[in-house]
Amino acid sequence: MNKTKGTIIGINGNMISVEFEGNIIQNEVGYAITGDDRLKSEVVKIRGNIAYMQVFEITKGLKIGDAVEFSGEMLSVQLGPGLLGMVYDGLQNPLNELAALHGFFLKRGVVLDALDFKQKWEFTPAVKKGDPVRAASVLGTVPEGIFDHKIFVPFHLQGEFKVVSIVEKGNYTVTDTIATIENDRGEKHELCMYFEWPVKLPIEFYREKHLPTEPLVTQTRIIDTFFPVAKGGTYCIPGPFGAGKTVLQQVTSRFAEADIVIIAACGERAGEVVETLREFPEITDPRTGKSLMERTIIICNTSSMPVAAREASVYTAATLGEYYRQMGLDVLLLADSTSRWAQAMRELSGRLEEIPGEEAFPAYLESRIAQFYERAGLVEFEDGNFGSLTIGGTVSPAGGNFEEPVTQSTLKVVGAFHGLSRDRSNARRYPAIDPLDSWSKYESFIENKQIEYARDILRKGHDVHQMMLVVGEEGTSIEDFSIYLKSEFLDNVYLQQNSFDSVDGATSPERQKYVFNFVYNVLFRKFDFKEKDTARNFFNKLRQLFIDWNYIDMKDEEFKQQEAKISDLIEGEATEKNSTEKKEKAETESENKDEKKMEKGESKNAVEAPEKMQEKAKPDEKNSPENEEKPNRPDQRKPPEEKKGEE
Amino acid sequence: MQKVYNKILSVTGNVITVKAEGVSYEELAEISISRGKSLAQVIKLDRDIVSLQVFAGSQGISTNDEVRFLGNPMRVTFSDDMLGRIFNGSGIPRDKGPSLSENMIEIAGPSVNPAKRIIPRNMIRTNIPMIDVFNSLVVSQKLPIFSVSGEPYNELLARIALQAEVDMIILGGIGLKYDQYMYFKNTLEEGGALSRSIFFIHTASDPIVEGLMVPDLCLAVAEKFALNGKNVLVLLTDMTNFADALKEIAITMEQVPSNRGYPGDLYSQLAARYEKAVDFDDAGSVTVLAVTTMPGDDVTHPVPDNTGYITEGQFYLRNGRIEPFGSLSRLKQQVNDKTRDDHRAIMDGMIQLYAQYNETEEKRAMGFRMSDWDKKLLKYGKLFEDRMMNLKVNISLEEALDRGWETLAECFTPDETGFRTELVKKFWPKSVQNEVEKKDQPSGETDKDAKETDAVSESEETSADKKNTTEPSEEDAETGQIKETEAESGEPVKKPSASKKKKPKKEKRGKRPKKS
Ligand SMILES: Nc1ncnc2c1ncn2[C@@H]1O[C@H](COP(=O)(O)OP(=O)(O)OP(=O)(O)O)[C@@H](O)[C@H]1O
Ligand SMILES: [Mg+2]
Repeated sequence: MNKTKGTIIGINGNMISVEFEGNIIQNEVGYAITGDDRLKSEVVKIRGNIAYMQVFEITKGLKIGDAVEFSGEMLSVQLGPGLLGMVYDGLQNPLNELAALHGFFLKRGVVLDALDFKQKWEFTPAVKKGDPVRAASVLGTVPEGIFDHKIFVPFHLQGEFKVVSIVEKGNYTVTDTIATIENDRGEKHELCMYFEWPVKLPIEFYREKHLPTEPLVTQTRIIDTFFPVAKGGTYCIPGPFGAGKTVLQQVTSRFAEADIVIIAACGERAGEVVETLREFPEITDPRTGKSLMERTIIICNTSSMPVAAREASVYTAATLGEYYRQMGLDVLLLADSTSRWAQAMRELSGRLEEIPGEEAFPAYLESRIAQFYERAGLVEFEDGNFGSLTIGGTVSPAGGNFEEPVTQSTLKVVGAFHGLSRDRSNARRYPAIDPLDSWSKYESFIENKQIEYARDILRKGHDVHQMMLVVGEEGTSIEDFSIYLKSEFLDNVYLQQNSFDSVDGATSPERQKYVFNFVYNVLFRKFDFKEKDTARNFFNKLRQLFIDWNYIDMKDEEFKQQEAKISDLIEGEATEKNSTEKKEKAETESENKDEKKMEKGESKNAVEAPEKMQEKAKPDEKNSPENEEKPNRPDQRKPPEEKKGEE
Repeated sequence: MQKVYNKILSVTGNVITVKAEGVSYEELAEISISRGKSLAQVIKLDRDIVSLQVFAGSQGISTNDEVRFLGNPMRVTFSDDMLGRIFNGSGIPRDKGPSLSENMIEIAGPSVNPAKRIIPRNMIRTNIPMIDVFNSLVVSQKLPIFSVSGEPYNELLARIALQAEVDMIILGGIGLKYDQYMYFKNTLEEGGALSRSIFFIHTASDPIVEGLMVPDLCLAVAEKFALNGKNVLVLLTDMTNFADALKEIAITMEQVPSNRGYPGDLYSQLAARYEKAVDFDDAGSVTVLAVTTMPGDDVTHPVPDNTGYITEGQFYLRNGRIEPFGSLSRLKQQVNDKTRDDHRAIMDGMIQLYAQYNETEEKRAMGFRMSDWDKKLLKYGKLFEDRMMNLKVNISLEEALDRGWETLAECFTPDETGFRTELVKKFWPKSVQNEVEKKDQPSGETDKDAKETDAVSESEETSADKKNTTEPSEEDAETGQIKETEAESGEPVKKPSASKKKKPKKEKRGKRPKKS
C-alpha cells in the first residue's frame, strides 16, 4: 500500500492540522516527524484535504511544515499470548520494557511491541488440514498462566477459509507462522499467534448477547448483597474526591471472582497504580494459588501522561477485555476514572472547535459513554460456550455533584450504581456506598424479599433519625427508636466492611448468605424494649459481638462459638422479661462502659447528616467535627488505618 | 539563526500574533517593548500566524515592536550556584547576584514512567503534631493546603520549610504579595535555610502571565536536584493564582470554558505539575506542598476541587489551625507503622475523642446539661486544641505522642479511652505521684542535653511537663491550663528542629519512669 503523506499546517496543544494528499481513514494512525522523534497521532476529523489529528505525545518543538506519515492502519493493539501480567500505557507500550530501555522518564516518540516476540509458547493445534475456518475460529491453544489461551484466526479476515497447513504441537514464538489458510479465490494467509485489532471497534464474534444474570461476586457485602454486579453487566462508582473510589476498585480487583481483571488507570495518580504494580505480584490468589498479577493486565495512563493517549486507554482496555472474553473467560474491566477520559474528549473537542454541550463536554459525550459500556456483555459463542466482560467505571464529578454530564450520561446506561457519599466517607463508614441512593438492576444471590425488608429498615431508620434531629430522642417512640437502632446495626455490621482486613475484607457468597440471614432475623425480630437505654445497650453489645464475628474466619472453630454468643445475647433479650433481675445486674456492671458507647451511638446520629449526597459539600460542613465520626466499631483496638498496616 | 519580525498583527489580552515562519510549538521569543524586554511563548500555530503569550503583559506593546524568536522552548539554568538565589517568573535573577546561564535544562519535561516509581516509605518530620502525628507528610507526597485568604498559610509553609528534614527547599511564589515574599526571605534567612533554598518569585504586582511558568521552573530544577540525590521540598503559593492565570489565557484564546470560566484542561494542567512529585529509587525525591486558597471558602470551587482529585490528601487550614477533620494524608499509612507502636493508636484514639468533644461542645452551646463524661470531654478538647492543634506547638513526633498520653491521662481513665491494654501498659503515664516529684526538680536542668539544640521547644516541653504535674493535683485545672497555653502561644515560631533533636528526647522519655 502506498502510504499517504502530509504536512503540518497548524498546532494547538496536542491537536495538529495536517494537509495531505491521497486517501486517509478516520482514526488512522500517523506519525508527526520532528527531528528523530516520530510522534504517534490519530486522525480524529477530516475536512477536505485537511486532517485533524490528536498527538499522543507532547507537541513541544513541532513546526509548521513538519512531515506526517500516515500508516494506513487504525489505532490498534496487538492480541496474542503474553498479555497477562503486563503493564501498558494507554497505547499498549509495555512500561517495564520502556523503563529498561529509557530509565526514569517516558521518552517521547518511543513505540514498542506489546508482546514479547522472543518468548516461545507451547502451541497445541485444534484444527487439521482441510478444516473450514473463519475469523475467530480457534486454531489451537497455548497455556498462558492458568488459562488455555486460544489462538484465533485473525478477526479482520473476512469470508470462509480452509486450513492449508498447520504446525505440529511444539514451541513457537508469536511471530512464527503456525498455519496457512486459503479462501475459494485462492487467496492465502500465513497466520501467526498474534494479530492486531483496532481499539475503537468492538470485537463481536459471537452468536448472541444475553442478559446478564449470574452475579459477579466481588466479596464486598454491600455490593454483592444489596447492589450486585452481574457477569457481563456494567456499573459505575461516582463519588467526590477522597470518598474511596480507588480503594473500592483496588479491593475489587483483588477479590472479585473473575478470571481476568483489567485495570485501566485512566488519568489518575501514578502512585496508586504503583501500589497495585508492586503488591499484586506478591499476593497469592486463593482461587488459583498463583500470584494475582497472573490474572491481571494494567493499562496505565496516569494524569500527567499525554491526554490523547488517555482517551485511547479505555478503548485499549476494552479491546483486551473482549479478546479474553472470546476465549470463554469472565473478564472484569475496572476503569478509574471515566471522568478523566471524558475530560480528554472535552479537551479534544475544544481544540476541534466543536459546538460544546453542557460544561463544555462535546455533544457526543453521552453516546461515547454508552458505546463504551456497550462493549460489556455476556455472550454465547458459536460453539455454545459463554464468556463475559463486565465493566465498572468510577466517575469523578466536579464538586462531588452528581448532577453533571458524565455521571448523568453514565447512569443512563449502566446496570448498577454505587454512589459514594461524602457524609459516609467523612464518617469513615467504608465502603462509602450510599445504601439509600444506590441501586442495581441485577439479581442478588440473596432473596429479594429479604433485601427489600432490609432496605426498608434502612429507609425508615433514616427517617427516624431525621425526625430525632428535630424532636430529640425524648420525642421519639420506642418502636421508632428500635427501627433506628436496627438500621444502625445493619449498617455497622454488614454494610460497613474493613477492606484492609484479611478476613473481613473479603466475604464469600456462602458467608454472606449465612450472615445476612442472621442479620435479617435480628431485623425481623420484634424486640420488646421498655427503655431506650436498654435497647441501645442491647444493640451496642450485639454490634460488638457481631463485628468481632466478622473478623473470624468461617473455617475457624471460634466462628461457631462467637455465633453462639450472639444467639445467646439475642435469646437473652427475648426472655429478658422473665428474668429481668439477672439482666439488670449484668447491665449495671457494664454501665460505665456503655455510657461511653452511647455517646458514640448518639454522635453517629448526628453524622448521618440530613443532606443528600448530591448536595455540594460545603467546606465548613465538611470540616465540621461531627462529620469526622470515626469508625463505628466501638472496638477501637482495630482502627482501619492500623488494619492496612497489618496486612 | 534567530528570526526577527517587527510586525505584530494583533494584540488581545496578553496574547499577540505575528506572521512568521519556521517557528516551533512552545518556542520562546523576546519582545522589545518600549518599557523593556519581555519573553513570550508560542501557544498556537496556524500556518504562518503565530500566537504568543507575553509574559510581561501586553501593555504598551506597539505593532512595530521587534519579536525575536530564540529557537528554543523555555529553559532554566541548573547548578549548585542557584542555591540561595532568587529568580523571577521568567527564571531571571531578581536578586543582585550574577545571571546564570550555564547548563540550561528544559522545563515541563516528560513524566516519570510509573513502572519506575516506588511505594513511598519515608516520613518527613515537621515537628507539627497535627501533621506528624495525625496526618504524616511522606517523601514524594503532593499535598495542598486548602485555606481562605487571611489564614497564615505562608507562615505555615515557611515553618515547614525550616523544620522539614529535607536537603533543599524550592519556593515558587505565584502572585505572592511583596510582604509575604519578604517574609519568606527573612524567615529562611534567620533560620539559616536560605543557603539551601532557591526562590522563583512572581509577585502580585508582576504581570499575571509570568506566574504561569513558576511551577514548571521550580519543578524542573527540583527534579534535576532529585536525580542528583537530593531530597527536595517544593513549596508553591498560591496555586489558585496559577489557575487564574491559565483561565485568563484560555479566555483570551477564546477557549470554551468548562466550569466558572476555567478551561477544560485545568485538571490535566494541575496534574502535570503535581505529578512531578516523585521518589526516585536510588536517587533523591521531590515533595510538593502547595497552597490553594479557596475563593469564597468553597471547596467545590474548580481549583480546590480539581486539586483534591489530584493530590494525595489535603491539609485544611482554618482559624489558624490545621483541622483534624477534612485534613487527610493519604500516604500516612505507608509510614506511621514504622515510627512508634502507639502512633496509630494515638492518631485514631485522640481524634475520636476530639470528635466526641465537638459534639459535647455543641450540646453545651445548645444549653444541654453536661454529664460527668461531658465534662471530661470538654476538658480534653481544650487541652487537645492547646497542646496539639495550636500551630505554635513545636515538638517532635515522639514528644507529641508522649504529650498525647499525658493529656489522655489527665482527662480520662485508661478504659474510657478504649486503647488496647498492651499500649496502655506501655505508654500510659505511670502515676500522678511521679510527676509531682518531678515538678519539684529544677526543670531546666533535667533536660539540659536536649536544650542545646533547641532552647525554645525545650522550654515548651517543660511547660507541657509542668502541666502534667500540676493539674492532677488540683480538682479543676482548667484555669491553670489556659494560662499556660497563653504563655505557650506567646512563644515565637521555632527554629529548625533537625533530626538530632529527636534522639535525646526519646531517651528522656525512657528515663522518666526511673525517676519515680
Ligand atoms: N474502604 C476503605 N477503608 C479504609 N479507608 C478508606 C477506604 N476507602 C477509602 N479510604 C481512605 O480514603 C482515602 C481516599 O480513598 P480513595 O483514594 O479510594 O478515594 P477516591 O474516591 O479514589 O478519590 P479521588 O477521586 O481523589 O481519586 C484513602 O487513602 C483511605 O485513607
Ligand atoms: Mg481515586
